[in-house]
Amino acid sequence: MTEMCSVNGIGMQDINEKTETADMTAKNTMDKSEQRFGKVLLLAAVFVVVLLLAILATLVAASIPAIKAFGLTFFWGTTWDAAAEKFGALPFLAGTLITSFLATLICIPFSIAISIFLGEYFKEGVFSAFLRSSVEVLAGIPSVIYGLWGLFLLMPIMRAIEMYLGVTPHGVGLLTSALILAIMIIPFSASIGREVITLVPGDLKEAAFSLGATRFEVIRNVIIPYARSGIIAGILLSLGRAIGETMAVTMLIGNSNFIPTGIFDPSNTMASVIANEFAEATGITAASLIYVALVLFLVTTVVNIVGTYVIKKVALEASKEVT
Amino acid sequence: MSVRLRRFCTWVLALGLLFGSTSLFAVERELIGAGATFPQPLYSKMFDAYFQQNKIKVNYQGIGSGGGINQLTKKTVDFGGTDAFMTAKELQAAGAAVLHIPTCLGAVVVIYNLPGNPKLNLTQDIVADIFLGKINKWSDPRIAAANPKAKLPGLPISVVHRADGSGTTYIFSEYLSKVSNEWKEKIGTGKSLNWPAGQIGQKGNPGVAGYVRQTPGAVGYVELLYALQNKMAFGKIRNKAGVFIEPTRTSVSAAADVKIPDDTNVSLTDTDAKDGYPISSLTWLIFYKEQSYGGRSKAKAESLAKLLHWMVTDGQKFAEPLQYSPLSKQAVLKSLKVIKSMTYGGVPLLK
Repeated sequence: MTEMCSVNGIGMQDINEKTETADMTAKNTMDKSEQRFGKVLLLAAVFVVVLLLAILATLVAASIPAIKAFGLTFFWGTTWDAAAEKFGALPFLAGTLITSFLATLICIPFSIAISIFLGEYFKEGVFSAFLRSSVEVLAGIPSVIYGLWGLFLLMPIMRAIEMYLGVTPHGVGLLTSALILAIMIIPFSASIGREVITLVPGDLKEAAFSLGATRFEVIRNVIIPYARSGIIAGILLSLGRAIGETMAVTMLIGNSNFIPTGIFDPSNTMASVIANEFAEATGITAASLIYVALVLFLVTTVVNIVGTYVIKKVALEASKEVT
Repeated sequence: MSVRLRRFCTWVLALGLLFGSTSLFAVERELIGAGATFPQPLYSKMFDAYFQQNKIKVNYQGIGSGGGINQLTKKTVDFGGTDAFMTAKELQAAGAAVLHIPTCLGAVVVIYNLPGNPKLNLTQDIVADIFLGKINKWSDPRIAAANPKAKLPGLPISVVHRADGSGTTYIFSEYLSKVSNEWKEKIGTGKSLNWPAGQIGQKGNPGVAGYVRQTPGAVGYVELLYALQNKMAFGKIRNKAGVFIEPTRTSVSAAADVKIPDDTNVSLTDTDAKDGYPISSLTWLIFYKEQSYGGRSKAKAESLAKLLHWMVTDGQKFAEPLQYSPLSKQAVLKSLKVIKSMTYGGVPLLK
């Protein structure tokens, strides 16, 4: 319908303004549609910002009763007691940060190894394609499946290890969830890492080879520095995913609302406590859970901002180093 | 007619068709409810049968007891379902008088994973001390004293509880608060609790049952129905009269052989009934006493009252085949009285 209208419009204009050249008319309408297109794009961009602010505003508005009741003590309060209506989020904050950073730490060597292997050693061929798609399939598996797998396979193994070490054999806890998180985020950082490593210019590598560098030296001195910011970006992206991951962690963390004292202790994360308790929460409990969501929102934002800053800085250094 | 006007008319017509038809014609024949998940299978069966008989569609969503109370308070549903009687605070938040009627009974059982899975006798203080973390080995002399015949291993006890807010936790903690002073002071009663350190939480009945099944020496609590369906081992619990009671449909129904007050707000945990299983509870439907609110039609209010009446009378026959414990006679009579107090514009809906 719109198209027909505009076609009619052009026809009318042509008849009315015969003095003007057809070329000019076409250019005018082009400008108009261009403007319209620009406006649509702007609208879409603004919409995203509005959405972000709307989420923030909703979280703040809905958590006001809890903010009033607990204020900033919420951040270092260690009791989460719905029966006594006393809430502090430190155990969850600790649980979230420990599991996600631990997972990222575990993930780093593996994802760098995979990205160098697929980006440098095995760039082409059936085997490489197979490996690459396996990594991508891993990234697409729903997290509840990771959780189930962890519950049926990882948990008994962890129990056996814990019994061997002589600690309380829970099977679930911080380390178990960090391990499952690491497995979940490796595909993300690995595929981004592979992508940036394949983008390292061939001339740079060839130049290094021509100077007599071994393959390892090329990787260490050329490829890694050149691709560093991309690799770090991938790792930070996966850290973001680890912080927000809910389902698999809920199944494997043990959901114990205390600050963990050891790596094998059951703990709880912010995302997991919200997912678990929100459905049945009323009044101040619900407001406190939304307050936890607000804290989670802020933590993710901070991680993102720090991440962007680090990437920029690293990219700058890398470009200085290589050129 | 210009193109723009024509397009506008088309939109209006389309929107009218979309919303008008559903709200004008269908709404009188449809009731919406939401709440507790525990009685959901029974409700689904009941509402299906009710639709066959009366051509009134009832849509019930199992979103949890707290959700049911929230939705009713926000007036987005015609009735809610809850495993715990609404608290004074919740009743106040509802704005107007809310009525409760019980629909069936549920029970919570203590499940465990031991070699050979013997049927254990558990006293009140054994249950409380296990979940308080004070008894931490299965070979504890107190457990042995209550079970002279059972062979108990020296396994450590790993306690697992519900991580999600749940009516099951509410019933279980209400029971423990009644039988143990220490529990009452330290932990209290609620849908989610501040559990002792070092215990595991898992999501839902399946989460708790799954952990117990996988962990030798684990102990947890789930709905009786869930334990029966999944053939889990669970213990007999000693009741107030001093008898170890096996949780069954009959022993749970027997727990309601007590005096029921007019508002049906009765707690059956630690029941006085001699044959009653002590961790039993009613599950309720909740709705407003004055049905004329938010532009509801009288026809709708009437169909709700009729549905509720049917659920506590004819509908009860669907309970037993699904392993639910039906209401006692006294509970039915009290519920009917409550339903008859429903009004529309001050006039009683049912005679």
